[in-house]
Amino acid sequence: MSDTTPGQTDQALIRNFCIIAHIDHGKSTLADRMLQATGTVSERDMRSQYLDRMDIERERGITIKSQAVRIPYRTPLGQTYVLNLIDTPGHVDFTYEVSRSLAACEGAVLLVDAAQGIEAQTLANLYLALDNDLEIIPVLNKIDLPAAQPERFAEELSHIIGCDESDVLRVSAKTGEGVAELLDRVVEVIPAPSGDPQAPARALIFDSVYDTYRGVVTYVRMVDGALAQRDRIRMMSTRATHETLELGVISPEPVPASGIRAGEVGYLITGVKDVRQSRVGDTVTSERDPAAVSLGGYQDPKPMVYSGLFPLDGSDYPDLRDALDKLKLNDAALVYEPETSAALGFGFRCGFLGLLHLEIIRERLDREFGLDLIATAPSVVYEVLLDDGSESVVTNPSEFPDGKIAAVSEPVVKATVIAPSEYVGAIMELCQSRRGALLGMDYLSPERVELRYTLPLAEIVFDFFDALKSKTRGYASLDYEPAGQQESDLVKVDILLNGEPVDAFSAIVHRDSAYNYGVAIAAKLRELIPRQQFEVPVQAAIGSRIIARETIRAIRKDVLAKCYGGDVSRKRKLLERQKEGKKRMKMVGRVEVPQEAFIAALSADNDK
Amino acid sequence: MESMADVDAVTVTAQTVRGSFGVYVHVPYCTSRCGYCDFNTYLAGSADMVELGAQWAAGVAAEISAHRRAETLAIERPVDTVFFGGGTPSLLPVPAIATVLDALAETCGIEPGAEITIEANPESVSPRNLRDLLAVGVNRLSVGMQSDDPRVLDVLDRAHQAGAAQRAVALAMQAGFTRCSLDLIYGTPGETIESWRASLAAALATEVGHISAYALAIPRGTAMARRIAAGELPMPDDDDAATKYEIADELLGAAGLDWYEVSNWAAPGQECRHNLGYWRGGDWWGLGPGAHGHVRGVRYENHKLPDRWFRGTTDGTSVARSETLDPSQRHTEHVMLATRLREGLDPAMVPQSAVQSLVEQGLLIHDDRLRLTRRGRLLGDRVVLALLE
Repeated sequence: MSDTTPGQTDQALIRNFCIIAHIDHGKSTLADRMLQATGTVSERDMRSQYLDRMDIERERGITIKSQAVRIPYRTPLGQTYVLNLIDTPGHVDFTYEVSRSLAACEGAVLLVDAAQGIEAQTLANLYLALDNDLEIIPVLNKIDLPAAQPERFAEELSHIIGCDESDVLRVSAKTGEGVAELLDRVVEVIPAPSGDPQAPARALIFDSVYDTYRGVVTYVRMVDGALAQRDRIRMMSTRATHETLELGVISPEPVPASGIRAGEVGYLITGVKDVRQSRVGDTVTSERDPAAVSLGGYQDPKPMVYSGLFPLDGSDYPDLRDALDKLKLNDAALVYEPETSAALGFGFRCGFLGLLHLEIIRERLDREFGLDLIATAPSVVYEVLLDDGSESVVTNPSEFPDGKIAAVSEPVVKATVIAPSEYVGAIMELCQSRRGALLGMDYLSPERVELRYTLPLAEIVFDFFDALKSKTRGYASLDYEPAGQQESDLVKVDILLNGEPVDAFSAIVHRDSAYNYGVAIAAKLRELIPRQQFEVPVQAAIGSRIIARETIRAIRKDVLAKCYGGDVSRKRKLLERQKEGKKRMKMVGRVEVPQEAFIAALSADNDK
Repeated sequence: MESMADVDAVTVTAQTVRGSFGVYVHVPYCTSRCGYCDFNTYLAGSADMVELGAQWAAGVAAEISAHRRAETLAIERPVDTVFFGGGTPSLLPVPAIATVLDALAETCGIEPGAEITIEANPESVSPRNLRDLLAVGVNRLSVGMQSDDPRVLDVLDRAHQAGAAQRAVALAMQAGFTRCSLDLIYGTPGETIESWRASLAAALATEVGHISAYALAIPRGTAMARRIAAGELPMPDDDDAATKYEIADELLGAAGLDWYEVSNWAAPGQECRHNLGYWRGGDWWGLGPGAHGHVRGVRYENHKLPDRWFRGTTDGTSVARSETLDPSQRHTEHVMLATRLREGLDPAMVPQSAVQSLVEQGLLIHDDRLRLTRRGRLLGDRVVLALLE
């Protein structure tokens, strides 16, 4: 009666759970220890952050794609259980993916660093988990650290969840202390799945990954019924049908199985080549005996942030297109269309779920495809209503209409900030200056406070997080969720070089900050653009009104005074480099601008 | 406007120098280090110079006979020019100079009337020393004056007092030198326009036939670069340097010293033939630690460290690296070097469209040759880049 073969496992022996944790709070290390403690991964095959598949994930300590691993666990009493650990993304950009992963679980381990306490994103994901009725196991990690304060943070957690302080487990994922107790607790308190094994098949897609050799691998949680190899399946949102060429479980590498059934977590391969054909959140059913109602909760991914990506070397444009086409296979949220910039040449306007998503795509284009790119400042989605009643959606400031504008609205978010209480004043001041409206404030403990604000997304995309970090010496954490559009007094600021607008620097900003923006960009460009043979004015303008001006003085001398025998080679090499550099010059009207100046001016914002 | 009157004089000299054989001899010793200098120099007390000088001269002599035998470096004609540069060549005992000149005369032969220059710091010349130099064949003296302003000399860490360079030139002329040159530096932090004018006037008052004037450059890694980075000294300003260049060109030209290279001015016939060899793509040997040479499209560089170099002279490995220029590199160098000269560049070497545009921008004069205007001389880098497109 204790058959744990995939496709035959009794639901009563299954526990599906995830780990909710902040970056660096030790989620991947805890997963590693669980894999080792249960013998799922042999000592020989063990590597650090076993479940993180991409280099970027390992390096940054973040999870971008979900991952599920089937862990057979024999309790001290000798009963073998199947634990399915569903590793979830941990970033605000991927809240939807997180919600789908949570929906595939009955319980969650809330993992908190015993030296730092809970962070805003963790709290947000905890609320998501509670919304999904998950059983929560609070755990303090890193109790081996000298700075650990388990008593203090156990109290905080008990206050947040409403549990007893003694219910908070204490582990060290690093040393393995407490991991066995945690596994027992998972078996003990997380409810077994309770789907109907006899009902028509329904499986929730919680991730979908493109693999060069096998096509799309779809990760599912079987809720009702069962699926077997060679079954024809149907995607309930698109009604598309496919044949399951392979299905199985991950333990810890893919293991094909004859079938998977209610309560289990596994993967499907149907031969489709694009993750858009197998979308996160969709419900899979069988074509022969389809379910009448989907599991619900499916949403189309919606880009929140747009940025233009341009190859440094114009001849890389086709490579960039091919690379985006490839990334798209594995990323249902990535959207793009060709864009032409007078300053930057040919590129793509790309839509992303958020800043991290943007950064990851840029980094992958760089690393996996060797593309050197410039990205324009990220922009949110504006809705512009013109006097003539027509409406347009603007994702690129240079497309902001010039006509009579009746109203402009911008996306806003509900933001949560958690920080030590001594920074409350600084945070309020910052949120105020970024057009925030206070929604509420709670003390999580006498030392830590949670502040809730409505903020324009554009402010967050600009540099809010960096400003928050610097004002709170890195102690504040931030989370936010979309909260619709709001009308605002927004204007487009253009930057003119020698009277010619530079499209890459146009920005849509609140009227009150237009002047500061104009002054800052003009000053930055004055520093970055080399002097020309003539004087070059750098201006910021709203429409035809100039709001800021800097002047790049004409150059008078560039020659090296000395050129004797020993200088000739060096000087020639310098010339050859300058010749190469000249090829990368962009002409803005009569002004030669090295591409580096654009990059520096555009990236300075991101680095601030 | 540019006066072309003296171009012919330079061009005539050009005929005699073209296909010339120059010898640059590097003397790597100084008694103190100047804050702006990144040359290959090492501190040495004057007491050590007899021994150091003898060893150095033996190394140079060994290089001379080795080069003569080397297939890639051999030059089959007598030497036209010799230039002892440094460092501070005037620190060397004259017998060391004589050893080198004797070795050249013996191995290669020295052309009658050859130009033999030595660089000197003002504080290190004496009537005795000057007479001895003349006696062994040195016939041109280049004195590092830099400035006549004590504050500027102080910022530059120069060991000499204001006025010392003029006295050194006067001594040299008395001793019988007919070709003397002064080096000046402009744009030193703290130097005013008035101070620069006064330095130029002081240099001209010596009646030398040749003046070089360089904008102060701050090479990375020098003491001055550190002082500027630390905020102790202001960064030299390019606009200030441009203004001072224009002043120099004005004053020197008015005194009969016309430009023949971007940073060099001379009375007719007083041009430095050795340096013209560099700019005209001539052949020369570089001897001594860290010296550079050029023979028939091969550029080479000696080991910098005196000990390593010296060891190399005994076993034929004094050259640290060399490169053979391909035709495109030769073209780049030719355009880059010829445009620095008043005799200019053959218009057939570069695209007509680029020339046209540079002429319109007032940077270039196009007659039988292409020559930089005064503004063009200051913007020489972009002119060359445009000509190389």
